[in-house]
Amino acid sequence: MTSLPATTEKRLGLVIDLDTCVGCHACAVNCKEWNTGAGASPLADIDAYGSDVSGAWLNRIHTFEVTPDDAPAQIVHFPKSCLHCDDAPCVTVCPTGASHKRPEDGIVLVTEDLCIGCGLCAWACPYGAREMDPVENVMKKCTLCVDRIYSETLPEEDRIPACVRTCPSSARHFGDFNDPESDVSRLVAERGGIDLMPEMETHPVNKYLPPRPKTRPQAAAPSAAAPASVPKADGFLGWLDAALDKLG
Amino acid sequence: MNQTSRAPGAADGKTEIRKTTCYMCACRCGINVHMAEGKVHYIEGNRDHPINKGVLCAKGSAGIMQHYSPARLKKPLLRTGERGSGEFKEIEWDEALELATQWLGEVRSSDPRKLAFFTGRDQSQSMTGWWAQQYGTPNYAAHGGFCSVNMAAAGIYTMGGAFWEFGAPDWEKTELFMIFGVAEDHDSNPIKMGLGKLKERGVKVIGVNPVRTGYNAIADEWLGITPGTDGLLILALVHELMRTGKIDLDYLIRYTNAPWLVIDDAEGAGHGLFARDDEGVPLVADRQTGKPVSSATPGIKPALKGRFELPDGRHAIPVFELLAQKYLDPQYAPAAVAERTGIAADTITRIAGEIAAAAFEREVVIERPWTDMKGERHERMIGRPVAFHAMRGISAHSNGFQTCRALHMLQILVGSIDCPGGFRFKPPYPRPVAGQPRPHGGACADTALAGPHLGYPRGPEDLLLEADGETAQRIDKAFSWDAPLSAHGMMHMVISNAHARDPYGIDVLFMYMANMAWNSSMNSSSVMKMLTDKDADGEYVIPKIIYSDAYSSEMVAFADLILPDTTYLERHDCISLLDRPISEPEALCDSIRWPVVEPDRDVRGFQSVLLDLGARLKLPGMVAEDGSPVYKNYADYIVNHQRKPGIGPLSGWRGEDGDKTGRGKPNPDQIKRYIENGGFSQVHVPQEAHYFKHANRAWSDWAIEKGLQDGPVENIFQLYLEPLRKFQLAAEGKIKPMPPEHHRERIRTCFDPLPTWYPPFADDGLDENAYPLHAITQRPAAMYHSWGSQNAWLRQIHGENALYVPGEVCDAQGLETGDWALVSSQSGEIRVKIARMDAVNGSTLWTWNAIGKRAGAWALDKDAPEATRGFLLNHLIDELLPPKGDGRRWANSDPITGQAAWFDLRVSIRRDADQSSGQSLPDVRAQKSPVGEAPTNVAFGRGKAI
Repeated sequence: MTSLPATTEKRLGLVIDLDTCVGCHACAVNCKEWNTGAGASPLADIDAYGSDVSGAWLNRIHTFEVTPDDAPAQIVHFPKSCLHCDDAPCVTVCPTGASHKRPEDGIVLVTEDLCIGCGLCAWACPYGAREMDPVENVMKKCTLCVDRIYSETLPEEDRIPACVRTCPSSARHFGDFNDPESDVSRLVAERGGIDLMPEMETHPVNKYLPPRPKTRPQAAAPSAAAPASVPKADGFLGWLDAALDKLG
Repeated sequence: MNQTSRAPGAADGKTEIRKTTCYMCACRCGINVHMAEGKVHYIEGNRDHPINKGVLCAKGSAGIMQHYSPARLKKPLLRTGERGSGEFKEIEWDEALELATQWLGEVRSSDPRKLAFFTGRDQSQSMTGWWAQQYGTPNYAAHGGFCSVNMAAAGIYTMGGAFWEFGAPDWEKTELFMIFGVAEDHDSNPIKMGLGKLKERGVKVIGVNPVRTGYNAIADEWLGITPGTDGLLILALVHELMRTGKIDLDYLIRYTNAPWLVIDDAEGAGHGLFARDDEGVPLVADRQTGKPVSSATPGIKPALKGRFELPDGRHAIPVFELLAQKYLDPQYAPAAVAERTGIAADTITRIAGEIAAAAFEREVVIERPWTDMKGERHERMIGRPVAFHAMRGISAHSNGFQTCRALHMLQILVGSIDCPGGFRFKPPYPRPVAGQPRPHGGACADTALAGPHLGYPRGPEDLLLEADGETAQRIDKAFSWDAPLSAHGMMHMVISNAHARDPYGIDVLFMYMANMAWNSSMNSSSVMKMLTDKDADGEYVIPKIIYSDAYSSEMVAFADLILPDTTYLERHDCISLLDRPISEPEALCDSIRWPVVEPDRDVRGFQSVLLDLGARLKLPGMVAEDGSPVYKNYADYIVNHQRKPGIGPLSGWRGEDGDKTGRGKPNPDQIKRYIENGGFSQVHVPQEAHYFKHANRAWSDWAIEKGLQDGPVENIFQLYLEPLRKFQLAAEGKIKPMPPEHHRERIRTCFDPLPTWYPPFADDGLDENAYPLHAITQRPAAMYHSWGSQNAWLRQIHGENALYVPGEVCDAQGLETGDWALVSSQSGEIRVKIARMDAVNGSTLWTWNAIGKRAGAWALDKDAPEATRGFLLNHLIDELLPPKGDGRRWANSDPITGQAAWFDLRVSIRRDADQSSGQSLPDVRAQKSPVGEAPTNVAFGRGKAI
């Protein structure tokens, strides 16, 4: 058993905007590319060119179809990585202390040297956000690019997670949820950010912004400019004369 | 083979960054390539780059795995087995180049037409086209004919530019954004970035697409249109806008041919052409006097309706009246198109209202004076903030040209072209037909062509026909009666025409980056057969095939001689303004690639090889008087080649001191300066020229100064397209040359000078009960054509494809997700795995593009899911439509541009009785891999060397 800090000084995490995410996988691939060179060991891929390829990814994009009764069916893209929970069950089940939550910023990390690859944390995580490296047999997970965000060599503007830096549609945001003035806190307040599976009582730090309501064709109001202004009996070409007169 | 290959790790942040240009798709973003221990370690977007401003898509980030791909070719190859077998021997470059020179030299000195040189996903078309011109074959083009020429040509003919490279939405100011037929790319990052900006501002996005994925998934409203009917929807929107008077008359009078007079003389040879004065200037009618006067008359207030007598006694009617008559007709009323398009009439009316409201009630005003081409000063820039974007979904139909024209007409009617909040041209565009070349053909032994191959015909007189006035000069029959305005050529017809020896046989097929034996052909199975067919003498019908590619694609196995190319990180390239530019609306931009790492294999950049071949062949411009090569390699060409004095492939840092943009002498340090600047050049357009470029004096002056045009070019938007009317007149037998009888009806119907809609040709005579469904592909955001399958990361995202089937079709056919089903078209049958989906048009099946692979290609295992469960729809599509009553088979293409009509496909589906085999069909037998087998595991990362 590994214990969790009672509170953390910062609560660093991500806001993921499901209204804006087009499901392009940019975040997932750049995450893999950065983190395969960042951790203690690479993020391996086995049977890479074969019949049953699989690999370790710290972020994956899921796609769901939603079929409302009163609107056309809809696709929602759902990027998912470690949510750095305040009450992280993956930490408390770890028998070696490899899995831990940092008191200074709340990031949940795995110390690879201490990890025995028992997989208990993956069982405990209700989100399936942990990945066993198929070559190294140690557990891998999102680090919030801890080597980037505190880097002294990267330019300051690049001290953000790779997924946030690369996201083409700006659907990903990074910051401190303990700071009510941070971008992430404000976005959550303005857009009704939600916890993923709150019933699990993991109190995730990461938040999701729900898709905004779409146009429901049956219920949509006729637009103001539409048929009301139909030209009168003298028809379109009659309207034309009046419109040209107005132009002068 | 159970080894794990490993790449270098970062030396703890001590990486060196080399900035170049991505080539993982056609978007051409700037990338920072992080090097560690001399090897490629990490790739990210370049924050300074005008295209992507730091972001990078999945493909771009996975470029590292493309660079380390096991499918990379290693050395020139000469075929030893039968074509298609994949059996080759490695040869030295000298031998390869001597052989190619011999083959090409024999053809050039006898009949240069017998070389067909086509260059797929080429980003160096201004150079490869110039090479082909100097060689003297008329048979050259890149891949535009099967990609999106309808979009490009319709835009150029209508207003001097289309979408993507030609222009972009005004993301910062638009109030309504509507996309038609746009999949997850085209273009990739700029659209995602733009959508992000619109979402932040709460601007409504409307997606028109049979499939609701990607951009359409996040659209605020989705119109799940029936494929091939976008033109009808657009014309119904036009109907509504005209019916409600929501059009910008001032804009139409100033910038379009709406007031021009069209001759109304039913029996005459001039019927439907513009009435012109003695200098050829179109006439308008003075609104007060009714007298025809030159449209160039200062201060003229032209009539938009009426019938006016011309000086010669004939009569003429303004374009606008013809337009109003056509689109106000009840056939374009929302209720009349609702069933066919699958979009409710109320919805069409409402969206027309939303377009009108954004355009006219939320007008954007920039307080910035500007002067138009007529010399009139405007105190401010007034914008109609409605922006559109469209791509292959509307263009890859046999009615695509007219549909694209219809969309541009809609943009123009509400006054939203190159205004604040609308669509904005990117330099060097706008470039209307008046500023474009005509096509050039003809062929003479040992002689260069007189001009560029590709261009924009003004009428039948510009077609490339033999003396009989009927036979095509080109092997692909571009610029013939089959496809008069085929501005990008017709790559998809080359192999079938060469195989049929119609109009003639060829000796050498020379291709670059074109996977014709697989996903880049309609009906891949029959193309493979054409490539392997032999004549009575036992010789291949297409005798010699030279192919250049960096990777072991399917096409490699069907070539005789392989010239292995480098990866994109190992080469010089230029993204040139002479080619497919990367400018932004407010900046003139171009860029380079440079070898951030040297090849570790015996491969050479194709463009350097082509220049080497040109020198060996003694092509004009490629050898000096003493017979020595003019250019050492492509980099030397990029710097020193001049298309016109002072104009070269790159616009930045020209002149001996590198202080000139656009025009200037070659600068030997030019590439160095590009590298120092991050691989690109960006020069800002003066503020006064930011908008209304089609009519803006400041823009014209600046464009001339920068070498984008030689002098002022008149750009009046062509709502009514006179060149099309000329083809109709030829088909009516009124002007020469005249098309053969069997072409006439089609030209009369389809070449309407006003945008029109007709049903896709595949529907003509189709038994709707036998083939009730449509089938289309979408390109995923994380894959580019075939290229991604060799990529260990991307194939984990798209390693196999399902056929997505609408829920109601599943219910009718008893299909469930995971079932195998048989899908039939008039030309074939495939066996595929299906998945149920509801966010799709109810009569449309779809799948991801180009995931299926031939076993043995791309260094994949023979049992890779791409080959066992992946599939191509291509096997169901034919280049030709089924025979008509007269026994003729028409091209499955747009009759105007020749664009391949991929998305016209009609099919039926049924559950396969055999659910046990686990193999998609057709099962093309495996080829031998010319690059050997790939490693089992990969782990690129810290401290791990390869």
